[in-house]
Amino acid sequence: MSESFDLLIVGVGGQGTVLASNIIGESCLIEKRSVRSAETHGMAQRGGSVETHIRIDGKYGSLISPGTADLIISFDLLEALRYSHFLKAGGKIISSSGIIVPVSAFQQNLVIPTPQEIKDRLSDFDLTVIDAEKIALDSGSLLSQNVVMLGASASALPLSEESLLKAVKGLVPPKTVEVNTRAFESGFKAFGNKI
Amino acid sequence: MSERYLLGNEAIGRACLEANLDFASGYPGTPSSEIVDFLRYQKERDFYVEWSVNEKVAFENALGAAWTGVRSLVTMKHVGLNVAADPLMTSGYTGIKGGMVIVSSDDPYAHSSQNEQDSRNYAAFAKIPCLDPADIQEAYSMMVSAYGLSEECGLPVIFRPTTRICHSKSNVTVGEAGQEHRTAVFEKDPKQFVVIPVHTRVLHKKLNEKQKGLAEKLVEMGFNRAEVRGKTAVVAAGISASYVEEIIPDDVSFAKIGAYPVDEEWLKDFAGKHEKILVVEELSPVVENVLRQVSCGAEVFGKKNGCVPYEGELDPASVALAFEKAGFEHKYEYIIPEPVTDLPPRPPILCAGCGHRAAFYAMKKVFGSKAVYPSDIGCYTLGIQLGTVDTTICMGASITVGSGIASAGEENDVVCTIGDSTFLHTGINGLINAAYNGANITVVILDNRITAMTGHQPNPNTGMTAKGIESPSLSLEALCRSCGVSFVEIIDPYDLTGTLKMFEKAKAKKGVKVIIARQPCVIDAKRSGIKRKPFTVDTDLCTGCGLCVKFGCPAIEFTDKKASVNSLCMGCGVCADICPAGAIRMEGKR
Repeated sequence: MSESFDLLIVGVGGQGTVLASNIIGESCLIEKRSVRSAETHGMAQRGGSVETHIRIDGKYGSLISPGTADLIISFDLLEALRYSHFLKAGGKIISSSGIIVPVSAFQQNLVIPTPQEIKDRLSDFDLTVIDAEKIALDSGSLLSQNVVMLGASASALPLSEESLLKAVKGLVPPKTVEVNTRAFESGFKAFGNKI
Repeated sequence: MSERYLLGNEAIGRACLEANLDFASGYPGTPSSEIVDFLRYQKERDFYVEWSVNEKVAFENALGAAWTGVRSLVTMKHVGLNVAADPLMTSGYTGIKGGMVIVSSDDPYAHSSQNEQDSRNYAAFAKIPCLDPADIQEAYSMMVSAYGLSEECGLPVIFRPTTRICHSKSNVTVGEAGQEHRTAVFEKDPKQFVVIPVHTRVLHKKLNEKQKGLAEKLVEMGFNRAEVRGKTAVVAAGISASYVEEIIPDDVSFAKIGAYPVDEEWLKDFAGKHEKILVVEELSPVVENVLRQVSCGAEVFGKKNGCVPYEGELDPASVALAFEKAGFEHKYEYIIPEPVTDLPPRPPILCAGCGHRAAFYAMKKVFGSKAVYPSDIGCYTLGIQLGTVDTTICMGASITVGSGIASAGEENDVVCTIGDSTFLHTGINGLINAAYNGANITVVILDNRITAMTGHQPNPNTGMTAKGIESPSLSLEALCRSCGVSFVEIIDPYDLTGTLKMFEKAKAKKGVKVIIARQPCVIDAKRSGIKRKPFTVDTDLCTGCGLCVKFGCPAIEFTDKKASVNSLCMGCGVCADICPAGAIRMEGKR
């Protein structure tokens, strides 16, 4: 469809989608490839649904049109379904198994689809669900879920694992390099070969 | 030269360093805020940077600086330019000495704005040049050249990036920060700087005489360029050019507009070589209007015949659709799947522990749902979810709209909400007016001591400047009293009982009542090390009444008819006061 590898990172404001996107962007720089990305800022970030578009080898605008993305990395299973129309037919989704229930659901008694219902509705896509929370905890910090998700997605990205890990080490806070390296490697090892 | 992965706004800021900038001012506003935020933290070039109290103030400061011969920058969002429109409209008359660039960031699709106005119209209105970059690399290079352009034509330049430039990232090649500094000297010249009628008539004529040369200059500089490849053509402006370039076939001519005013002779020459021309641009039909005037024989497609929308932002698929409507071929097929629509929405919400939520909750309890709640622009606009935001129109309009509603004769209570930064921006004029004219309103200043929504920029109420230097503290309460308001009270919104009492007291009184609800922004408090113990629900005591859930805090969950508190809890404790069963208490307490 396009000359670039187009992916979305989606989740809930505060889950670290921007850091994840920065890691991919820096990896592109390490590999001397062009990259474009678009982020959610301002009003849209206060606990709301967030999306980052990234176009690896992108040379034009940063926006990915619905129906054309190669991959969605989702930090929340419900958000994976919300953004699934961005994928091209048969596109790939790698999602965390966790669901943060929107406050609107509690306040207005809205029904949240179960994880199984979400998986069924995404059955036309190449879906992999990952228990990022557990892997992050085992790596030493619940906050490293975004890096776990990147490690797990590494083999689905047209970037080398070495570049990604180098970018992780360069971008996370210095005190957390060790825990995030572990998170990346655990994510990669646990699912890297299966994707 | 080095290659970096940069946010558009950071690239714009970095370009100013290369251009030897000596003065920067601005008022925060999405999507423009990160430009000054970058400039105030960077260490590569030392110069003056301020967050101003509003865009008019910021504009006039930068204009004054440019009159002394130094290069200046002023940044704002598109609607901020309305606030600065008064000096803007005459700044072309007076012109400048040192280069001056006005960044007015547009927000097509209103991601974080109250409207979708197009700053290019302001440039035409003020008769000054406007630069409209197509991507981040171009934003960088245009910004560097903007200063030379400004000095050469003696006019301030509007730089108009859109959200997808400001908040996109890309690999960008950047130069080094310049190390030249000019000495500011104001040389008196009343014929230029004092716009009394006898001077301004001459200045207006001079400004008009500059226009033709200016338009030609923008073609010479390569900002407006064209390539003839066939009998059909696409003309694209700003970021739309990036989308067009992705899908345009090789045998279709392409003209890229990156600067205004557009040279009509140049565009006429291009149009004359084609039979069919499609114009692609976001928001106003600025280029289309010019093209329709100069295209003698060619058939023009654009907004006026329904090919391109007037509102929202474009993307490759919507540009492809415009091509199809105009009967043009394009490179890729787009099949747009239907989005999933039956999921619970996840709109942005006030943070767990936000003092605004507590203030809104108490307000609603005391004044009820019949009261009218005019509000303003900031995080607290999210109070709409709590039923306490009935109006917002622009910065500072809560008090003015409120006093208008009350003085028109509305019988229910009018309770206005406004943040501290917005109050200092343009709210204070409304308070002076309401006190002077005897309006009957309650004004709640939601004082979190920072400009939170746009990324926690300091304001005069923070006690710190943009560069982190301590500043004289401002007293909101003294300010309100000196406006002529005698009822000025301060509450802590975390103290629900005290807050309810104070609202009752205000409700019982006539006239203008000001209540300052003071509690630092939770994000800012957390960053500065303030820690509170989280709360927890005793499930044995929880009756499942759901009152705490109605409070709308993202830290409170409700499953199987029992409430629980999750890890987002910031320990404000308001839910514990709300719970009628006493089931919510601080962790570790019995």
